Amino acid sequence: MRFQFVLGEVFSGLRRNTTMVVAVVLVTFVSLTFVGAAALLQAQIGKLKDDWYDLVEVSVFLCPEGSVAPTCATGEATDDQVEAVRKIIDTELSTEVSKVYFESKERAFEAFSERYPDGYQGTQLTADDMQASLRLKLTDAEQFAVVSDVLSGRDGVEIVEDQRAVFEPLFRTLNVATLLAAGLAGVMLLAAVLLITTTIRLSAVSRRKETEIMRLVGASNLFIQLPFLLEGALAAVLGSLLAGGGLWLAVRFMVSDWLERSVDWVAYVSEVDVLRVAPLLVIMAVALAALSSFFTLNRYTRI
Amino acid sequence: MIRFENVSKVYARGARPALDQVSVDVERGEFVFLVGASGSGKSTFLSLVLREQRPTRGRVYVAGRDVANLSGWRVPTLRRQLGVVFQDFRLLQNKTVHENVAFALQVIGKPRHVIRDTVPEVLDMVGLAGKGKRMPTELSGGEQQRAAIARAIVNRPQILLADEPTGNLDPTTSLGIMRLLDRINRTGTTVVMATHDDEIVNEMRRRVVELSDGVVVRDEARGGYGEREAILPHVGASPVLDAPGSGTRAPVQIVREV
Repeated sequence: MRFQFVLGEVFSGLRRNTTMVVAVVLVTFVSLTFVGAAALLQAQIGKLKDDWYDLVEVSVFLCPEGSVAPTCATGEATDDQVEAVRKIIDTELSTEVSKVYFESKERAFEAFSERYPDGYQGTQLTADDMQASLRLKLTDAEQFAVVSDVLSGRDGVEIVEDQRAVFEPLFRTLNVATLLAAGLAGVMLLAAVLLITTTIRLSAVSRRKETEIMRLVGASNLFIQLPFLLEGALAAVLGSLLAGGGLWLAVRFMVSDWLERSVDWVAYVSEVDVLRVAPLLVIMAVALAALSSFFTLNRYTRI
Repeated sequence: MIRFENVSKVYARGARPALDQVSVDVERGEFVFLVGASGSGKSTFLSLVLREQRPTRGRVYVAGRDVANLSGWRVPTLRRQLGVVFQDFRLLQNKTVHENVAFALQVIGKPRHVIRDTVPEVLDMVGLAGKGKRMPTELSGGEQQRAAIARAIVNRPQILLADEPTGNLDPTTSLGIMRLLDRINRTGTTVVMATHDDEIVNEMRRRVVELSDGVVVRDEARGGYGEREAILPHVGASPVLDAPGSGTRAPVQIVREV
């Protein structure tokens, strides 16, 4: 009885206030889409960092077979050459380099296969197509120039690469995009809160007579306020579901179907990440609605 | 049933109090008229009983509860023991008579079968049998007030508060409403009625509490309305009040029903 009655009140309230409810749905939709986008951008950064960033800062690529670099005249880097380079790192660069990790061709292939189980651009590769490298972690990432100077031109070293230089601009871009999305999300969330507040107020005013009677015949506070609370929450949740759906579509068609095919050497966020973010959006929507309802209702439907 | 102990109510700092040191004791099952000019404190009195307001000083007891110190979440429990009727009926226009009465039970969580049984009974009692499906706009003023009374008593309150229930009705219709209130009183419900209707007060000969500027100036067991000039002192002899017909109305006969 109670439940049915409350539901009836909720739907009559939603009907009476259709335009405002649609506005709430749309504003929460847009704002939570930005929130979700910010979360996905951070997830993307996390994915990139997981893959490379934290493992390597400087890659010393060792000569592969058939390299045209002058230091590779003797062909593939020999164990002796690798040992020599390691020794130099241990002695001359002991203060700059904190960690050395040798990635053999086999290890490189393993990592590669993990990322591309179906082969790269249609061709099946083998361990011999990979390049062995020494990966260095620097005590201070700014010291790259010193490391590069010392190691470049040594026998068996094809090239010294600062991986950070490759990723730093990308991360910076992604971080800026995150900030932008978060900022817009903040503004939109504020708009959403104000809009929900107004909607509930309108709803409360249009049902003033009912609530007045309810108060007088001794309906409990919760019972009087519940329809309004549910109204706001329902609209907000609908908005958050739309946001989740929008993000899912965006990831599905823009990232998985397009970006992943054109630039395929990076790991991208996937629909799974959207599914991970979506519940958070719903929770946010509920919290948002509950919060704004709570403050409005205490002012407009006081006993 | 209702006890006011030295109750004062001041709305704005420095303003004249709406009620000033009022002490009134209403016994269970009593019928009390609250009379006085507009602004004399009648409405404040009723809203203190309902705990729409808290007294500035003094204590208000309703059905054994100290209303002034009642915490907010207990207020609904108090109000379930009170019924209220207003001059303007306050029926919900988008609901039928039956739905209006049922609403009062729905919102306090009564089960459906109780509502199904009780509402027609109450409509029958107030004389609206068979009119449950009408909309309020399809009823006469008297019938609307009966519907409002039905809503007020459907939960069998111990106390019925009526704020000028006959204020919008003609004398004959008012008589019908008074009979109904009298009958409700005879079932043991305490009735407190604020009114301006001197004829009704004079005919009923029940307890009269007269307020003037927030002070109880008279509390008579079987009183009349009193001198109109005394109750409306500032108006004096006005052409409107003394217009032909207003004072020459035939006395209303209240027929007691057993």
